[in-house]
Amino acid sequence: MANSHKYTTHIVRAGLEKRYKKEARFRRMGLAAIIMGLIFLSMLFISIIGNGYTAFWQTFVQLEIHLDASVIDPERTRDPEIISAADFGGIVKKSLRDMYPEVSGRRDKRTLYRLVSSGASYYLQDYVVANPEQIGSTIQLWVPADDDVDMLMKGHFDRDKPEAERRIKDNQIAWVDKLVDQGRVESRFNKTFFTAGDSREPELAGIWGAATGSFFTLVVTLLLAFPLGVATAVYLEEFAPQNKWTDLIEVNINNLAAVPSIVFGLLGLAVFINFFGMPRSAPLVGGMVLTLMTLPTIIIASRAALKSVPPSIREAALGIGASKMQMVFHHVLPLAMPGMLTGTIIGMAQALGESAPLLMIGMVAFIVDIPTSAMDPSTVLPVQIYLWADSPERAFVERTSAAIMVLLMFLITMNALAVLLRKKFERRW
Amino acid sequence: MTFQIDSGTDLPEREIDIVKESVSADAYSKVNRDDRKTVGKITHVDARMTCRNVNVYYGDKHAIKDVSLDIGKNEVIAMIGPSGCGKSTFLRCLNRMNDTIDSCRVTGDITMDDIDIYDKKMDVVLLRAQVGMVFQKPNPFPKSIFENVAYGPRIHGLAASKTDIEKIVVTSLKRAGLWDEVKDYLEEPGTGLSGGQQQRLCIARAIAVNPEVVLMDEPCSALDPIATAKIEELIDELREHYTIAIVTHSMQQAARVSQRTAYFHLGDLIEVGDTDMIFTNPRHQLTEDYITGRFG
Repeated sequence: MANSHKYTTHIVRAGLEKRYKKEARFRRMGLAAIIMGLIFLSMLFISIIGNGYTAFWQTFVQLEIHLDASVIDPERTRDPEIISAADFGGIVKKSLRDMYPEVSGRRDKRTLYRLVSSGASYYLQDYVVANPEQIGSTIQLWVPADDDVDMLMKGHFDRDKPEAERRIKDNQIAWVDKLVDQGRVESRFNKTFFTAGDSREPELAGIWGAATGSFFTLVVTLLLAFPLGVATAVYLEEFAPQNKWTDLIEVNINNLAAVPSIVFGLLGLAVFINFFGMPRSAPLVGGMVLTLMTLPTIIIASRAALKSVPPSIREAALGIGASKMQMVFHHVLPLAMPGMLTGTIIGMAQALGESAPLLMIGMVAFIVDIPTSAMDPSTVLPVQIYLWADSPERAFVERTSAAIMVLLMFLITMNALAVLLRKKFERRW
Repeated sequence: MTFQIDSGTDLPEREIDIVKESVSADAYSKVNRDDRKTVGKITHVDARMTCRNVNVYYGDKHAIKDVSLDIGKNEVIAMIGPSGCGKSTFLRCLNRMNDTIDSCRVTGDITMDDIDIYDKKMDVVLLRAQVGMVFQKPNPFPKSIFENVAYGPRIHGLAASKTDIEKIVVTSLKRAGLWDEVKDYLEEPGTGLSGGQQQRLCIARAIAVNPEVVLMDEPCSALDPIATAKIEELIDELREHYTIAIVTHSMQQAARVSQRTAYFHLGDLIEVGDTDMIFTNPRHQLTEDYITGRFG
């Protein structure tokens, strides 16, 4: 007997090294996978932030402007409406001509005017309307520079390249350098980016319109998908009889989760817009389409959450005479809520990042106005990113990355909210 | 080894003079159905629930075979038997907890107040308010101790005001012998108590609805001996107000807490009788084999 024990020990010991090696190898593989993931993630972040952080600053140029009373308000009415109607564009141009008297010729003058943004006249208009007593005097006003000047200041244009290969010409560079020497160029925080809608001019384009559109779309999605999804899951899991019909429904829900999202967009176009005549490009329709897309995710996650509620809790409730409804709503649902919320947030995050189905229902239109309700035409963050990524101006490159950062912030906020909600609802049993 | 059983002082209603033979469990299952009648007196002079010819099927499996038994008022009746003998299934028939299992089918009559509890007219919510249950594993709700006990009275509308609810909670906790231990922690979660305390909380929760019958499905199987002793003591006290049917694995427990004992075997009710008689003088060979520890 003693011998046989020794023999067993011997065999076990002989195999031990192999076992441990296997384990160590597996651990190294897991670790390598995680490190790989982290590397890719950090590469993504570095590239996005590296490309995009400059978009949060905008070059401003200080102009010396003479507010000619005969142009702005010849009658001295001080009426904001009359003041607003004045030709501020012309005043800005005149100020540029005055600052660079040496520039002559139509063509050069036109190039000169492009030193400042076409939005400069609005800055001037706002200033004059707010300070009508300044009419007639000469003021120093900071206005946004044109995107090409902005790019030059941020060092995105190579001055050593031959002039023909540059978007910005030698004379423009000379004018900008003169401004810099005079201390009339400054880099400021780009408020416009966070407050404006889309624009063809990068220095006037902002993310706020798309963010509001995304917000309205997601609100519609959440309001529709969460109650529908939870109700479906509760019914299927707790009340529905187990038969081939419920089996069929279950299979179909699982299949729907795998349908390419653009198909939902086509459905939205055909049913919501063409058949029901709902407005095109509206967050309402976008939200409805995304609801269709998100529902399967929410239903599947909610059913899993309901299934994971221990049967002992159900028995306890039934045992003291709770009806099925009371059992579900007093005990099962509160316990399943954290899981349901997780599923919902995953679905919402998916919906937030979705662009393909929204292209189908016209949310890809160029919309300058900031939507004020779910019925206004608008676009959403991922579609805005897509639109900017498609634009030729160099300044849109950094704005694309900045928009991605905003989208990611949106996502992180949502996830943080989900974690908070889950913490609040989570109860141990 | 063959001997005649003595027909005792109280001649049972369904007395069967069977010759005790050393039959193994296998041999037993092969004997003719008619021979498998319950030994002992299935009736009770003051019956609260009466079960007649109860059969339970799980799909094709015949889990309870033609069981008839009375549950008397203010008695503790223990159901014992080896694993899988159907004692828990039988217990769960008494408040229709088996309804939750789709494949489960019950035939026969179980009546309470002359109403068949499986009748369509019987409301299962009402039944469960009258027949409470305590489960094998303590299963307090993940809520405060107070809320655990208050939940039943609240959903049944047993209390008109907040003070009424508080009164019920205090009485129930006192009856469950838990009051002194938790009176300062009523807002703490019920899941934070020890196993024995949790089980007493579950008993308090069950009696808060003021049921007539309390079913206990192996209430001490997850508890240590000290907690078990406390629960057993409690069961004895509760008998004053409630009728208790308890399923247990432990024969000592059955002997300690019950007045009557029913022995189940493979879905059959083999023998019923006063607990003293069952444990000192079993009349059926299978009962004797089980209580002497030959199998089970």
